[in-house]
Amino acid sequence: MGSDFVALISQPWHWAVSGVAIALITFFMTWLGRSFGVSTTFRNVCTALGADKVSDFFNVDLKDEAWRMLFVAGAIVGGYIASRYLASPEPVAISQKTIAHLKDWGIIYPEGQGFLPESIFNLGNLKGIVLAIIGGFLVGFGARYGDGCTSGHAITGLSHLQLPSLITVIGFFIGGLLMTHVIMPIIFG
Amino acid sequence: MRNAIFFLIGIFFGIVMTKSEAISWFRIHEMFRFESFHMYGIIGTAVVLGALIVGAMKRFDIRTIDGVSVTYTPMKLSIKRHLLAGSIFGLGWALIGACPGPMYVMLGHGYWIFLVVIASALLGTFTYGLVKDRLPH
Repeated sequence: MGSDFVALISQPWHWAVSGVAIALITFFMTWLGRSFGVSTTFRNVCTALGADKVSDFFNVDLKDEAWRMLFVAGAIVGGYIASRYLASPEPVAISQKTIAHLKDWGIIYPEGQGFLPESIFNLGNLKGIVLAIIGGFLVGFGARYGDGCTSGHAITGLSHLQLPSLITVIGFFIGGLLMTHVIMPIIFG
Repeated sequence: MRNAIFFLIGIFFGIVMTKSEAISWFRIHEMFRFESFHMYGIIGTAVVLGALIVGAMKRFDIRTIDGVSVTYTPMKLSIKRHLLAGSIFGLGWALIGACPGPMYVMLGHGYWIFLVVIASALLGTFTYGLVKDRLPH
């Protein structure tokens, strides 16, 4: 029975199941009296590395943030467990249209599990490293400027019916569409 | 040791992000090209259900584990700031196909390029702390 259960949850999850699972996390975080948001961990790490000495923005009591750091430590372990023991039998089933379009960019799908175009994003590829630096910087900067990322705004903020969160999510899409349809064709096309 | 619970929720989150395929660069790319309903279904379900849960907790005063009513400290509404900040974030999200949660999960999968991504996200965060007074808020 145990192995049946593992086989069952090792299948790719239907979007509705995934959505319910995320809502469950929202419930537990709310019930535990926490405002769920991941990107604040970046600020915490900056503080731990001494950023509070150069900017007041990093003046935070890290003791109050232990829960969040434990959460992301768990997320890393969860990723490891999922990859090691719960891997899907097939790569991610993205749409045929996307596969055909990626071919024009020289990205032949599938690559591995279908989680990352590893031919570009690997530590041996300078272009991939440069893109990782640019992308990471934009996410880190934008998340702090907007005071939240996908978890804080799209999940927590929208669950609390917050207008600033809705505007931020609209911003996520403005930036995402611009990158996907205007900038990436220049980088990869 | 209540904090240990958050470690367990984190593990669950890592598994959910993986099995939902929300950590997939390809899924994010497909989403921004509107070529599948998958990601919209996940986010839509999570938000609608989340709003119902949070709304019910407020409406019926279902309190937190510490007996406190559920509240949310609203952010100051600044359309300019949130559109600008969101757009900057979105540019990065679409490029690397991962927002902060999945960045950690991908690290757990052994995609070591995310060490670079996270280090750079830290630098972006630090930079914001340095220049924030010169940005519109």
